[in-house]
Amino acid sequence: MSDPELHWLLYGGAIGLIVIGAAGIVMGKHLFRIILALAIAEAGANLMLVVAGLRPDAVAPIITGGMIPEQMVDPVPQAMVLTAIVIGVGIQALVLSLAIRVYKAYGTLDMREIRLKMAADIDAEAGVDDEVSQEGPAGERPLELPDAVTSGGPGQ
Amino acid sequence: MIWLLGLLIGMMLAAAIAVLVLENHIAAVAATSIVSLALSVVFVLLRAPDVAMTEAAVGAGLSSLILALSLRRLGLWQIEGDKHPEIAKEGVDA
Repeated sequence: MSDPELHWLLYGGAIGLIVIGAAGIVMGKHLFRIILALAIAEAGANLMLVVAGLRPDAVAPIITGGMIPEQMVDPVPQAMVLTAIVIGVGIQALVLSLAIRVYKAYGTLDMREIRLKMAADIDAEAGVDDEVSQEGPAGERPLELPDAVTSGGPGQ
Repeated sequence: MIWLLGLLIGMMLAAAIAVLVLENHIAAVAATSIVSLALSVVFVLLRAPDVAMTEAAVGAGLSSLILALSLRRLGLWQIEGDKHPEIAKEGVDA
């Protein structure tokens, strides 16, 4: 087992998982897929933290029979990842409950439809008529021109 | 060992892409739990057995359970070819 190849493989896998998860979060069209992509990015971050504390010629950081091993894998990232896994499941439960609220409010999980409906809701709350063009002139038309101008010019 | 690690990491990346590509939502949840299971085996090979236990129990078990239950609640629990909207509605009321 050669050391640089192993580290390249592991870091590549972790960064690949993070990139796939981030791409799914950014480009996802369905809210449920975005939540799944979040879980994948989380797994990649956990793998990267554990790989950061890896030493290839070491044993697991467990003391057996009062003997402290000579070469141990760094136990601090492992403890943090242990916490991060549990926190990740908590975040997932929170996001899923928010998604259920969104589904009950809008009746869909498609991001584009949700965006349109949210914009319509905000406009209705603010009293803005979203049919009016933003570029059109506000207010009414200018005053009617006098008859002298419309019927005949000054030359007549 | 590097071959086993390469196989597992390739499986994780393939399952992660499958999550974004698959049409069926139940299959996407299953692919997510495949990522977690392969990751727990990778943790064992990286000499982190406690993290592997937690990842297998919480990441693969509890997380898939939460995702599957919320699939039912969101009305997305549809088997392949099961396109009738009435059947999808039953999941919302349950």
